[in-house]
Amino acid sequence: MLKTEYLLLMVGMGLVTYIPRYLPLFFLAQRNLPRWFIEWLDMIPVAILSALVFSEIFLSGSQRHLDILQIKSLAAIPTFLIALKTKSLGGTVISGMILFWFAERI
Amino acid sequence: MNEKRLFVKQFGFALESIKAAWPICLGYLPLGFAFGVLAQKAGLDLLDIALMSILVYAGSSQFIAVAMLSSAAAPVSIILTTFVVNLRHLLMSSSLAVYLHGESRRFLSVFAYGVTDESFAVNLVKFRAGGWHRYQALAVNQIANFTWIGSTILGGYTGQFILAGSYGIDYALSAMFLCLLTFQLRGRIYLLTAIISGASAIAISLIVPGNGFIIMASLFGATAGFALKRYAQRKRGSYA
Repeated sequence: MLKTEYLLLMVGMGLVTYIPRYLPLFFLAQRNLPRWFIEWLDMIPVAILSALVFSEIFLSGSQRHLDILQIKSLAAIPTFLIALKTKSLGGTVISGMILFWFAERI
Repeated sequence: MNEKRLFVKQFGFALESIKAAWPICLGYLPLGFAFGVLAQKAGLDLLDIALMSILVYAGSSQFIAVAMLSSAAAPVSIILTTFVVNLRHLLMSSSLAVYLHGESRRFLSVFAYGVTDESFAVNLVKFRAGGWHRYQALAVNQIANFTWIGSTILGGYTGQFILAGSYGIDYALSAMFLCLLTFQLRGRIYLLTAIISGASAIAISLIVPGNGFIIMASLFGATAGFALKRYAQRKRGSYA
């Protein structure tokens, strides 16, 4: 890939990433939001994170398929408990990596 | 004397941001490092890596972009995938907008750049707890941003000495999402929402091709959770 082509690709990727980050801040921060909308938005983070986690640990392969019992999902159980107990992001990431690394070796 | 007090106050102010940002940094370091390694293996040089981390600054889509670049995908399809994968930030910025009510357009346009899954989760918790200043939130964004850029470059540099797949680097992303999820489980309805959203993500991903399933499942899960919350409120009679 040519340098200019790569640069254009990066600008394109940057723009499509920036716009969804910017638009709600610009349009929503200027006015009062209705209460139901705030309550609905409150459910968004848990929904997104859960969708990300489930798809990370229960799917596998480039041709996505369901794989309930795999190293990723099994390692998720102690990792989840560590996260609940310690409430530490750094500690959880490191313990998760170590658990996964060991589990892969068994 | 006054100046000294001001300095101490500002120092405490900044220290709070650093304390809030450090777990993100600890998560970004291995992740950024892993990204740098993979990008280097895909044939990107340090400048390419830096350019992507600065201009795009979105972990998962950067991983996907590198995978697509190494399979020689068309730039248009890489941009489209990036758009869909990062569309979820729309929802995160919407949640943060509640707390940035009435800020200047200039501040918002700078702040928007640093909205990621992680900075969003940390800032939301802080804003909710109260007393979180917009500049502290911006500092969290930018500390995380510099850590990401730095660690991806470091990974790209060190890449040649590291074998792919070692030290559990592949699991860094999952562990990070998992921990951020536990921060959001603030009650039974949130737990139910998580299960509905997660299960529907799996179901949709198996039926619908492409990467749109995350945003579809999130919207569905959040709406179901919202309906459940309203139902519970009505049942208790606390909501008229």
